[in-house]
Amino acid sequence: MERANATSRPATPSPPRPTDAGQGEARATVASEAKARLVTERISVQYGATLGVRDVSLLFRDKTVTALIGPSGCGKTTFLRSLNRMHDLSRGVKVTGQAVLDGTDIYANGVDPVTIRRRIGMVFQKPTPFPTMSIYDNVVAGLKLVGIRDRALLDEVAERSLRQAALWDEVKDRLKAPASGISGGQQQRLSIARALAVEADVLLMDEPTSSLDPQSTMRIEELIHQLKDEITIIIVTHNMQQAARVSDYTAFFYEGTLIEVSDTNTMFTNPQEQRTNDYITGRFG
Amino acid sequence: MAVTTTPTAPRRTRLAEVTPANLRRRYLRDRVMIGLLVLATLVVLIPLLVIVWYVISNGIQAVLEPTFWTSDLGSPARALSGRETGLGHTVLGTLVVDGLALLIAVPIGIGAGIMLSEYPDHPLNPALRILNDTLNGMPAILKGLLAFALIVKPMGTFSGLSGGVALAFVMLPIVARATEGVLRIIPWSIREAGLALGLPRWRVVLNTVLPAARVGVVTGVLIAFARAAGEAAPLLFTAFGNNFFSSAPLRYLTGPVDTLPARLYSLAISPYREWHAMGWGAGVVLLGFVIVTFVVSRFATRQRHQADM
Repeated sequence: MERANATSRPATPSPPRPTDAGQGEARATVASEAKARLVTERISVQYGATLGVRDVSLLFRDKTVTALIGPSGCGKTTFLRSLNRMHDLSRGVKVTGQAVLDGTDIYANGVDPVTIRRRIGMVFQKPTPFPTMSIYDNVVAGLKLVGIRDRALLDEVAERSLRQAALWDEVKDRLKAPASGISGGQQQRLSIARALAVEADVLLMDEPTSSLDPQSTMRIEELIHQLKDEITIIIVTHNMQQAARVSDYTAFFYEGTLIEVSDTNTMFTNPQEQRTNDYITGRFG
Repeated sequence: MAVTTTPTAPRRTRLAEVTPANLRRRYLRDRVMIGLLVLATLVVLIPLLVIVWYVISNGIQAVLEPTFWTSDLGSPARALSGRETGLGHTVLGTLVVDGLALLIAVPIGIGAGIMLSEYPDHPLNPALRILNDTLNGMPAILKGLLAFALIVKPMGTFSGLSGGVALAFVMLPIVARATEGVLRIIPWSIREAGLALGLPRWRVVLNTVLPAARVGVVTGVLIAFARAAGEAAPLLFTAFGNNFFSSAPLRYLTGPVDTLPARLYSLAISPYREWHAMGWGAGVVLLGFVIVTFVVSRFATRQRHQADM
């Protein structure tokens, strides 16, 4: 619960956008001072005979946003899902390499994926509220279902998480209402609140706005800006404007391989690789 | 044919042009199809209504007699001489045997269903599937034989317990298959969402997937229950039957008890008109039993979050 008081920080002014001239570079310097939170070392994902992701080594710094971009089928989502061992349940999928979270390889022998997933949360493409639960129960599901019964604590976490996810004002009067009754955008923020409630350090977002309208998309993007003061965010997106707007770093994937990674500003203004340039200028993908 | 257009009149014809004539034909065809559907519905409904009406009209008089509920059957002499007789012990025995069967079959059946649907890679899964299918196809009387061998023989007596076990064998495969079926249609994303919260897999299944499938699971249990409640064969050499109230509550489990389907049969083949009437009464109670269970469980599953799915 050590992060509980962090919410009392003053509301952050609108953070600098990577596209703002001059700001991007300054931010990159600040960001590069942050310590590494999650480091992958030659992560490969193989399903059947196909090598979906090949030897990806990436470093995610604490309290930054990294966008994973690339054309459909380039392995960015597959890679993202390898970061909290979501592939464990899929038959015939093999992950090799290391993903080191604060010094521990999450794929090492004896590491429990359940523990890992409590620290590395995930938000999916489609909002996934638990259909039979109320809004409140959805938010605290990760705590309640592991046996935390302290009512006062749950209330506190529910309010804090919903505030963090910028949903509190909209649902505070109907916390007991079914979660399936709110709009798609609200459901997606509810999914984010639920992931925040278990105090994850890293949040994986798999195209979190692709099923939402522009208004809801904007709210989620604002939310990402606010959240990165506290957690590390890795977001897969098809939308390059979105990558430019929300991320500090951008990694470009193509055919299962990491082609290029750099701070977002450099990536979109001065990419080193021809393929990156072709992709971000819309020549393919 | 409209397709062969003459060069002098190059009128383009649409493939499905709407003219008053074919519009009328379409309306007619629509009405005929709906008529057929209504007919098919009636063919299904009418036998059901006839059965319900026939059973009730024949048995209602017996059921309205207070002693039908408060008294036990005794010997035929009671009915013939107009003394107190009834099926109170049969109703009680049925409640015990069916309740016991539910208690056994529901948790195990749902557990098996979860295993079949959620753990396809578990080494026991294929064996479970084959066994469950075999059990499902096994004649009910053999399940009674199984319960006889497992419980009646070692205990040395017919008993409500063995009857409950026999009926549980009837319910088990139905509950398991129904549970598996509804769990499979719950979107995979719900499971992933639960796992991504750092919940253990069994928690995800029990607290997020299963509740989402609740209505379907309850329906499956009801179908199993209705099926088992009407079975007489598995009870013939397990619960066996009894003409009297048991001497102590525990004896309903440890001694022979009466059940509605088996008693219905024995009353129906008896040579006494008075017993035939009571047999119809047993039919009414059995019918009411199943209907009440359906209605109650429907309400129980509907209360919260109606608009869910």
